[in-house]
Amino acid sequence: MTQPVHTNRGFEHELTTLRERILLMGGRAEEAINSALGSLEDRDVALAERVKAMDDYIDRDELEIDELAQTILATRQPVASDLRFITMSLKIVTDLERIGDLAANIAKRSIELVGMPPLTPGVNFGPLAKRVQQSLREALDSFVERNADKALAIIEADREIDAMNAALFSDLISRGSVDTATLRVLIPTTSIARSLERIGDHAKNLAEEVVYMVRGRDVRHRNAIRHSRGDQS
Amino acid sequence: MERTSTTPPPSVKLSIRDLQVSYGSKRALGPISVDIYERNVTALIGPSGCGKSTFLRSLNRMNDLVPSAQIEGSVKLDGTELYGAQVDPVGVRRRIGMVFQQSNPFPKSIAENVAYGLKIEKKLQKSEIRDRVEQALRRSALWEEVKDRLDESALRLSGGQQQRLCIARALAVNPDVLLMDEPASALDPIATARIEQLIHELSASVTVVIVTHNLQQAARVSSYTAFFYLGDLVEYNRTEVIFRNPSQEKTEEYVTGKFG
Amino acid sequence: MKLKLKRTKRNALGDIALILASALALLLVIGSLAVIVIDVGIHGYERLSWAFLTESPDNGMMGGGIFPAIVGTTAMVFLMTLAGVPIGVATAVYLHEYAAPDSRFAKLVRIAVQNLAGVPSIVFGLFGLGFFIQWVGPGIDRFLLGGARMFGQPGILWASLTMAVLTLPVVIVATEEALSNVPNSVREAAFALGATKFQVVATVVVPQSLAGILTGGILAVSRGAGEVAPLLFTGAAYFLPELPSRFSDQFMHLGYHVYVLSTQSPDVDATQPILYATVLVLLALVFMLNLTAMVARSRMRRHFA
Repeated sequence: MTQPVHTNRGFEHELTTLRERILLMGGRAEEAINSALGSLEDRDVALAERVKAMDDYIDRDELEIDELAQTILATRQPVASDLRFITMSLKIVTDLERIGDLAANIAKRSIELVGMPPLTPGVNFGPLAKRVQQSLREALDSFVERNADKALAIIEADREIDAMNAALFSDLISRGSVDTATLRVLIPTTSIARSLERIGDHAKNLAEEVVYMVRGRDVRHRNAIRHSRGDQS
Repeated sequence: MERTSTTPPPSVKLSIRDLQVSYGSKRALGPISVDIYERNVTALIGPSGCGKSTFLRSLNRMNDLVPSAQIEGSVKLDGTELYGAQVDPVGVRRRIGMVFQQSNPFPKSIAENVAYGLKIEKKLQKSEIRDRVEQALRRSALWEEVKDRLDESALRLSGGQQQRLCIARALAVNPDVLLMDEPASALDPIATARIEQLIHELSASVTVVIVTHNLQQAARVSSYTAFFYLGDLVEYNRTEVIFRNPSQEKTEEYVTGKFG
Repeated sequence: MKLKLKRTKRNALGDIALILASALALLLVIGSLAVIVIDVGIHGYERLSWAFLTESPDNGMMGGGIFPAIVGTTAMVFLMTLAGVPIGVATAVYLHEYAAPDSRFAKLVRIAVQNLAGVPSIVFGLFGLGFFIQWVGPGIDRFLLGGARMFGQPGILWASLTMAVLTLPVVIVATEEALSNVPNSVREAAFALGATKFQVVATVVVPQSLAGILTGGILAVSRGAGEVAPLLFTGAAYFLPELPSRFSDQFMHLGYHVYVLSTQSPDVDATQPILYATVLVLLALVFMLNLTAMVARSRMRRHFA
């Protein structure tokens, strides 16, 4: 079945451009995380520096996509699914931009860690990092496929990430009083864990935005709505 | 009053059941069943020839004037059947006013235009007519602009003023319902904005049903929207639902401009 | 490729030729009218006087004035208008407002009206003679007046009615034209305000087309004022110094008087000044009626435009 297209080709073209720009930006954010984690693992300062440069690209993407979306809003007065797509685009780019920042933060922390002795026992970011990367990839896939079910699965999976992060934290805290040298390593390590968890949150936001875009149903803050409804009745 | 999705639906002003209109052997509309809510603006949208104007004209029995039109079904105003055997279409039209796409003032003075509906109905004191003319012109936000030249020809007014005069003329007989057939399609953006503001103000006292090709206008002025396609009512819901998240694919395609 | 913006000689010549042709046509129309008016004016003016307008002809038409003809013409036009315009307007209103668009009866009436307009005026005279004078008139005499011969002969009433029939198509066509110029949206507006069909017609449609109806009426009147042939059989008198005082009286008519003066005079040279002056008065009357029509029309337009 072919998707019906807008009678106005100019409008259709603008929407396609917007979608492609968002995907490109998402790809950059993914790459930034992968590189940041790579630089952490391999203690690769050059790669970490590249991540910081990538963040500039991502920031520029945000500005340009914002402008494009605003132009479409001003000139086309989109409604229904078009309106949801464009307003969600504005939110999606904010999340992607934050992901870029967080990747840059991981890169910076990994530069700090270069030349420092590893913690004993070692901290294994692997499973958390993999889970977060998977969430972001699937969130972007669900955006491409307009697949709300996939997006909902990501939202559910966020609990897993939170749990993994919590376990990591309690591991770090349980090390009790430490000497200054260890603290120097511990602080950036904690920061990296925190960044990963935040990236997971943004991936979840992306997923929620995709659900709204596709279904027109808001799945954010379900507790808040339940409470306000309860107050009224 | 702020109308949010949690407020209960207002009472039903017009109740339409199985309304069907055909011209000769060609079906133009329906059968359609729908409730129009009191003191709300209901917008009828859809591509040309979808039956929305036919529907509008069935509500005040203007279709009776078309010799080939056959109308079946029921339209009730506050529970009273408008298509009953005893009902005089003339009486229906006094309670359900209409404003047309092209402003159509009579080539008479401004005051005479507004007073027309009053004068043909019954004999009234001059002072009473004057009062009701002023009242109607105030309600249509035209009074300040024309109060010093009520005896001038209505045709000297600008397009937007003429349209507001036509609204005043329809309001002068105090109708329950005001039907509007693309009332702003021939006006510039400023005159259009005035008409839209006026429609908004009127909805406090009158039930308004408006046909429009301008989707943004429907979104701006109405609280309910009905989408017609090929003579059928495809979707009827609160306006923000139609424009944010319609449930029918046809509606989605129409409002986003993916038709044809 | 170079854009050709220069005016070509061929185009210029074409324009000039067209302008010349239009000017020539215009000259022909205005010229012939001017020749008539000037010729009649110069020759007729000498004989024109107050006495000429207010006295009866005497001396075997070679002296006196044309007062009875002026009065007779005016009275005939008045009666004709009174009889013809209401019927014509009513017919047009029926055809345009009440009859269904595909009504066979309306179609038939329209064809009849069109054919009526094409009938030579002399035939109308014969119709008046046959219908009014030999059929309706004697009927009135026999059944209402107990056999006295009064309406069974040519008279101003029959002449006026005959002329009314003659001018009916003009009134009907002009009125229908005026009615069709009233936009449908205005009718709809009145209906939507709860007006009945009659109210729509009487308070909106007819008032709005009054200018057109009036024009039609006056054009019909001016045609009736200038038409002579039907009067030959129906009531115009060769010479009648008294004014008509009853509907059955005969009357003098300006047009007929011109005809009489130019064909029946014993001394052509002696009657020529009178003839010119009479033609001048007739022309003035017709022009005045046309002028009234134009003024009325533009006034109505200006009043609400």
